[in-house]
Amino acid sequence: MLEVMDVSGLVTFQDCGRPGWQSYGVPVSGPMDWFAHRVANSLINNPSDAPVIEIGLGEAIFRAKRDCVLAVAGAGFEVANYIWTFPLWTSFYVRAGWHVQVKKISGGNWAYLAIAGGFETPSILGSRSTYLRGGLGSAIRTGDILEAGKPANELSKLAARNFPVEKYLNYSQSPVIEVIPGPQTDRFTEDGIQTFYRNEYTLSNSFDRMGYRLDGKPISHLAGADLISEGMTMGSVQIPANGQPIVMMADAPTTGGYPKIANVIRADLPLLAQCEAGVSKIRFRETTVEKAQEKLRKTIRSRSGLQPDDFR
Amino acid sequence: MLKPLGDSALLIQLGDEINSALNERVHALNMLLQSNAITGILETIPAYSTLLIHYDPLTLTFDQVTDWVRDKMTQLDDAFHRTPRRLEVPVRYGSASSLDLEAVATSRGISPADVIRIHSEREYIVYMMGFTPGFPYMGRLDERLVMPRLQTPRTLVRAGTVAIAASQTGIYPLDSPGGWHLIGWTPLKLFDPTSNTPFLFSAGDVVKFIPLEPLEPLESDSSLALRVLSEGGSKLPDSRINDHA
Repeated sequence: MLEVMDVSGLVTFQDCGRPGWQSYGVPVSGPMDWFAHRVANSLINNPSDAPVIEIGLGEAIFRAKRDCVLAVAGAGFEVANYIWTFPLWTSFYVRAGWHVQVKKISGGNWAYLAIAGGFETPSILGSRSTYLRGGLGSAIRTGDILEAGKPANELSKLAARNFPVEKYLNYSQSPVIEVIPGPQTDRFTEDGIQTFYRNEYTLSNSFDRMGYRLDGKPISHLAGADLISEGMTMGSVQIPANGQPIVMMADAPTTGGYPKIANVIRADLPLLAQCEAGVSKIRFRETTVEKAQEKLRKTIRSRSGLQPDDFR
Repeated sequence: MLKPLGDSALLIQLGDEINSALNERVHALNMLLQSNAITGILETIPAYSTLLIHYDPLTLTFDQVTDWVRDKMTQLDDAFHRTPRRLEVPVRYGSASSLDLEAVATSRGISPADVIRIHSEREYIVYMMGFTPGFPYMGRLDERLVMPRLQTPRTLVRAGTVAIAASQTGIYPLDSPGGWHLIGWTPLKLFDPTSNTPFLFSAGDVVKFIPLEPLEPLESDSSLALRVLSEGGSKLPDSRINDHA
């Protein structure tokens, strides 16, 4: 179990999300970077849907209340433990009383800290994911005591595991993100559509778990930006009146009223999630549903410790 | 019209306007698909004129989902019949939460009593849910009450507040920001995550507001409970052969 010594930013529990209530207006939530979330759990033999601490827009320092094994994955952070620091995508042994800092560096936004045995936190509507705007769960605060369950294996067997470097996703600050065009392609000028695919966008400072506002050359509508509200999903690229794309993320509202020019494919959502504000140079490329599903299958299959079931 | 929304959702567009008949068709299709779901269909989001189908991209291809939807849509056209759930919701108009009742009346050139009568005399269909967990978008509002949204949304609207905007009416399930005109308040709890039935409303319900007398107590009175007038359901004809008889 861990004591929270200090946190800043947005630090919450996230499991695989809260599907099943979208028709009542409840966002799915879950991790911003599903890949790092799954790897953090799989490094220490946790079930893939075990709740993990998502650390974003800040840092966190924990103190172990008893001996435990932690795993951290993600991008833009490193782990500091007194005199040494080490990169993410590893599991490590922490003795009772030790401090562990998940420290912000460059190259990403979100880190995932899992504990062998899994964190014990209440389930609301079938999920342990925190959705702050809807009052489902609460942010992790300084002074909180985070309880953990019983590990699947002996601690010594779970520690010092590394996720192989060659299996990392290609996290980058100049990614080419694949999208499926539509469904409102007909609401934009031909020029507007070309603008979207031919120019670089960067993440603006206005981003959170709900959505990423991008900055770049504005995209022109054919006849206004009003759409009768309809269902949307993580990865939906809405274009409001100012022509600057907003990509919906994990806490996206279930419905939205701006035309959608495209939708980011699942396999590439982690790459977009880890783009940094003001730094990233994001390009979009068209693909098909068929190719996107194949890429998702491959991403899951070619990474050890990730079974297709883990994705759900 | 069937279109992909990314690699794991399908958007069914049945029209391009806000009206009750079109929305009724969305809910009928939703009910039909829900009761004939195939493995890999995860959930659906009915909205004004569209139905979004979320599916598992590792189980189903886009073509498999569209084939399933197309097949079911022929049954909808032929003989599918939906009976909506009908609900009565007690409302105290003109209470402390109804900050805009007078303003709405003045702006529409009618009395507050007219606003109450007009708002509560017709039935509304829950077009869709959204905005915050449990928020019902209902319509269609009588033309005499139609007003644009507030220029500047309020930062806090109390849970249970009944409001109107454009051709719609709704109820705020949580304390939240809001840009609609506030005309009443219901003691009913619209969202309770700890309950077996966490949400009071479902998309497709038919709702009527029952005005409470100003001095009626708000505690432990049976008249303040939600009244479910009928549970609703759906049916397809037992046999197609009968159609030709």
